[in-house]
Amino acid sequence: MGWIGEQVDSLKSMQIRQVLTQAVSLGMIVTSALIIWKGLMCLTGSESPVVVVLSGSMEPGFKRGDILFLHMSKDPIRAGEIVVFNVDGREIPIVHRVIKVHERKDTGEVDVLTKGDNNFGDDRLLYAHGQLWLQRHHIMGRAVGFLPYVGWVTIIMTEKPIIK
Amino acid sequence: MHSFGYRANALLTFSVTILALMCAIASLSDNLNSPSPTAQVQVLNINWFQKKPDGDDEVSMSLNVSSNLESLFTWNTKQVFVFVAAEYDTPKNSLNQVSLWDGIIPSKEQAKFSIHTTNKYRFIDEGSNLRGKEFNLTMHWHVMPKTGKMSADKLVMTGYRLPVTYR
Repeated sequence: MGWIGEQVDSLKSMQIRQVLTQAVSLGMIVTSALIIWKGLMCLTGSESPVVVVLSGSMEPGFKRGDILFLHMSKDPIRAGEIVVFNVDGREIPIVHRVIKVHERKDTGEVDVLTKGDNNFGDDRLLYAHGQLWLQRHHIMGRAVGFLPYVGWVTIIMTEKPIIK
Repeated sequence: MHSFGYRANALLTFSVTILALMCAIASLSDNLNSPSPTAQVQVLNINWFQKKPDGDDEVSMSLNVSSNLESLFTWNTKQVFVFVAAEYDTPKNSLNQVSLWDGIIPSKEQAKFSIHTTNKYRFIDEGSNLRGKEFNLTMHWHVMPKTGKMSADKLVMTGYRLPVTYR
């Protein structure tokens, strides 16, 4: 009985140690991923420093599944830049190119019109009802670089709930 | 330490790191390229020029856009997005940029072109300031790489002027 008790004790202590080690390792991985994510947010000045391209509206430049690196600076928005913006009421950000800019002399406020390279018409259909222009506060960042195909992992995870 | 899981994990991490490094080097190699593009835009005709019912001016014009962008292409270039924008200022707006035409150049072979087109996007002012307005036509090009950092530049062509009266 004493011998069995000894065995169970040593087994328990070994298992607890193993479980704790694994839990700590997992915690480390999660927190370092979070640190990298938040660090990127600070570095790029954008709320969402990396986005995945979800639609084909910017083909052949950006295909579905590509990852875009964003950067937001105080520089004024100019035509030709690829910007990421949120429309009021929609949660998914859109990545399109600026085709028209009207910048006010007195306030520096800007009216911006965007369009997907692969779309026929401009984005007015995507904006909120009655909205004709985007303003600076709608824009989350500019696309400055990209990696192909890497975003498929995120798309698969979000669109196939099974894997989630 | 030698289980399949560990080995697969190590292999995957290593290969992803190497791939990321290769992408970074590919992107850096683009800096070695020193491009010398040329461009010319002519306004062939002002088709019509009116004040819309809502009070904004609008003009329709035919353009001849010719350009040689071959020197922008490297082995890491996926496409070049080129557009011509009219740029001008008004009493209320310090800068207006209106894209008149854009195109995608997928390869070096198609980078030397000369086309005749009406403005693809409507040239509408915020207000009624376009009569007799002097404006620049700027050709912008955005180089989109197969992987890595995108770059952009432009060529400003000055000296264009809209008619003094509506037509």
